Amino acid sequence: MTAESVHESTRPMPAVTTDGSAPGPHGTRLLAGWFTTGRAADLTDHLDRFGPAPLDRVARRGDSSALVRAVEEAGLTGRGGAAFPTARKLQAVADGRGSAVVVANAMESEPASAKDATLLQLAPHLVLDGIALATQAVGAREAHLCVARTRQDQVHELRAALAERERHRLDPVPVQLHELPHHYVSSEESALVAWLNGGDARPTATPPRPFEKGVGKRPTLIDNVETLAQLALIARYGPAWYREAGAPDAPGTTLVTLGGAVRHPGVYEAPMGAELGRLLAYGGGPSERLSAVLVGGFFGSWLPAATALPARFTKQALAELGAGPGAGVLVALPERACGLAETASVLGFLARNGAQQCGPCRFGLPAVAEDFAALAHGRLDADGLHRLERRVGLLAGRGACRHPDGASRFAATALRTFAADVGHHLRFGPCPAVDHPPVLDVPTGPVPGPDEWR
Amino acid sequence: MALTRSRDLSLRLDRIACEGHGACAELLPELLSLDEWGFPVVHSAEVPPELAAHARRAVAACPVLALRLDRRPS
Repeated sequence: MTAESVHESTRPMPAVTTDGSAPGPHGTRLLAGWFTTGRAADLTDHLDRFGPAPLDRVARRGDSSALVRAVEEAGLTGRGGAAFPTARKLQAVADGRGSAVVVANAMESEPASAKDATLLQLAPHLVLDGIALATQAVGAREAHLCVARTRQDQVHELRAALAERERHRLDPVPVQLHELPHHYVSSEESALVAWLNGGDARPTATPPRPFEKGVGKRPTLIDNVETLAQLALIARYGPAWYREAGAPDAPGTTLVTLGGAVRHPGVYEAPMGAELGRLLAYGGGPSERLSAVLVGGFFGSWLPAATALPARFTKQALAELGAGPGAGVLVALPERACGLAETASVLGFLARNGAQQCGPCRFGLPAVAEDFAALAHGRLDADGLHRLERRVGLLAGRGACRHPDGASRFAATALRTFAADVGHHLRFGPCPAVDHPPVLDVPTGPVPGPDEWR
Repeated sequence: MALTRSRDLSLRLDRIACEGHGACAELLPELLSLDEWGFPVVHSAEVPPELAAHARRAVAACPVLALRLDRRPS
């Protein structure tokens, strides 16, 4: 007897509070299994909880666009950083010429994020269901799952999960698991395409965008693994259910990684559109007085705590503040820390971890990082600050990918958020906090060698 | 008419191919300048008709073929 015949239909989802807000079992969806059992969901757990992915429903109607419509009505947006409407991407790939390819992006190269690894550990079959459903929705005959080579535990768990699904014949198209080099820009979608096409895992010049011409020059859907898991829930429970959580302009739940000065740092599932202060409350709230919040991780923006805490977690509300939801990273910076020293450390990381392909990342970004380190250590004068500001302004829009844009925004929002500290450092030298252990955990590896990208 | 009119032209720069030779900014200072390391800053990608000939010369002068002139969909 196959798993599919045992589990005839989708199981009902536990009820959600009206705004999907309560932490723990009520209000969680992707991580519901974890709160019920306290362990990672294997295939049996997964099928008991959710039933099989409703692939047969799509196939029976012969109408794969039903899922695209459901995703559109649900208002699902990409959870990899850009918050692009998922339905539009699905439709563009489905409309492309030739058979499509699906790529699930689990690279999670953002050092401050842990949500994709957590999701893949606790609920891998939701992600794999999402891949199967997306494959069917865009008419793909090829499906890839890209993970970082350095995470061997994750690789073993996913191989086992895929083998179990194959025994039960759950996936219409076999999912190929790939272990890519783990570099910051290797998670960028054109880098995945370049690697799957046999090249280096480095971003390439666009256009063409992957949805037009990607893996094997075919239309390619690249989605973050959380996005695919959300899609697997929408396929089962529908858009109206999906919108029971979150806000009308930012529906559903989202995974967030809370770090810094919060009582219980970690990954939480929270409603979209909630105030950032409420999101921090999922991790027990601030553990001390905050000066700022880093929204979106190393690819994100600094906001003063007074601005950040009441701000809503939506693409538009954050854009008005010069920030974005990114991959759901929130780092609370305590007052005792030096925001300039934290920023200098991250800029050093970003400078070392570009693809070393374009002028701005080879020269401009390292120069910005150097100036910023001088500022943090009280060695920069007023002329140096002007030079730094000019160099920061010249980074954006001048690379093949958005890496220099991200670094520019990170540096610019730091100069704005910590403006008082900038003045203080120029006049009096470094603050006492410069000798304290940093709040942000910044990897210290060297620049990857030219042969380390394959 | 099939001929491309010059007002439909725009500059496209391959940032990976570019090695910062700087010939483009010398021949087309109206639209391009160089940063302190010699890499181009595009001030406007749209090429006005009176600069079309200069733009073509700048494209031809790039030793690594990083600069291109595209027809913009009108």
